[in-house]
Amino acid sequence: MTEIAAEVREMLPRQNGELVFDAPWQGRVLAMAVGVVDSLGLEWDDFRQRLIAAIDADPERPYYESWTVALEGLVDDHLR
Amino acid sequence: MSEDHDHGHHPQPLTPIEERAQALEELLTAKGIVSHEFIDQVVEAYAHDIGPMNGARVVARAWTDPAYKERLLADGTAAIAELGYGGPEGDHIVVVENTPDVHNVVVCTLCSCYPWPVLGLPPNWYKSPPYRARMVREPRALLAEMGCEVPEGVEIRVWDSSAEIRYLVLPERPAGTEDATEDDLAALVSRDAMIGVGRP
Repeated sequence: MTEIAAEVREMLPRQNGELVFDAPWQGRVLAMAVGVVDSLGLEWDDFRQRLIAAIDADPERPYYESWTVALEGLVDDHLR
Repeated sequence: MSEDHDHGHHPQPLTPIEERAQALEELLTAKGIVSHEFIDQVVEAYAHDIGPMNGARVVARAWTDPAYKERLLADGTAAIAELGYGGPEGDHIVVVENTPDVHNVVVCTLCSCYPWPVLGLPPNWYKSPPYRARMVREPRALLAEMGCEVPEGVEIRVWDSSAEIRYLVLPERPAGTEDATEDDLAALVSRDAMIGVGRP
């Protein structure tokens, strides 16, 4: 898990008093998944199924790391 | 930022996951699939603009306008769009109404499906293995642990988000709010009440 200096953490966006993203990279991979699905004309379910598989493969892995695995898989299959 | 021991500016080294995220962004932007600006805008949107205050306005409108409430329960996506909300993870939103006899609660047992246009991004606990597993198995007990006591005589309906549908709970309007404005009412509606783990 990323270590962020306390003062940087203070600046991260919050809603309901909670952090929306624990670290900036999480927002980036979220946005990239939205963008890739839209740009390639895929269904969100194409990404969602990969997310489910990634979570299932390692249930204790932090959520956005599983998200990143799913995104990498989607990109590998469609772009490389 | 962290202390430097020399006079130059040394950014923190990237962690492995940050490197992977950066590599993805470099690849996708180089191929013209997404732009840096698009990513910036989406991050900004979910950090600031899209959140449960949207859902709260939908709820407040439903509480004050019976015809709107009827449309909302019949076709959540369309009624929500009347207020200007829509977008990713919002193609098929179904609104489920709490009554004195029925308490609704939403979960995504497999991942984290959530009605982004009206609630923003899900909180960490919603995505956690314990919540996802226990809400379908022992909803009354888990709700009580989360501070939402549902009396024994009240039916609990657990909605497991499917590939298609995203659910929004329409909480009961609190007593004593007959003279409240729509804005006042919206301020009463919590994110947790719209998931079903709290009362407004």
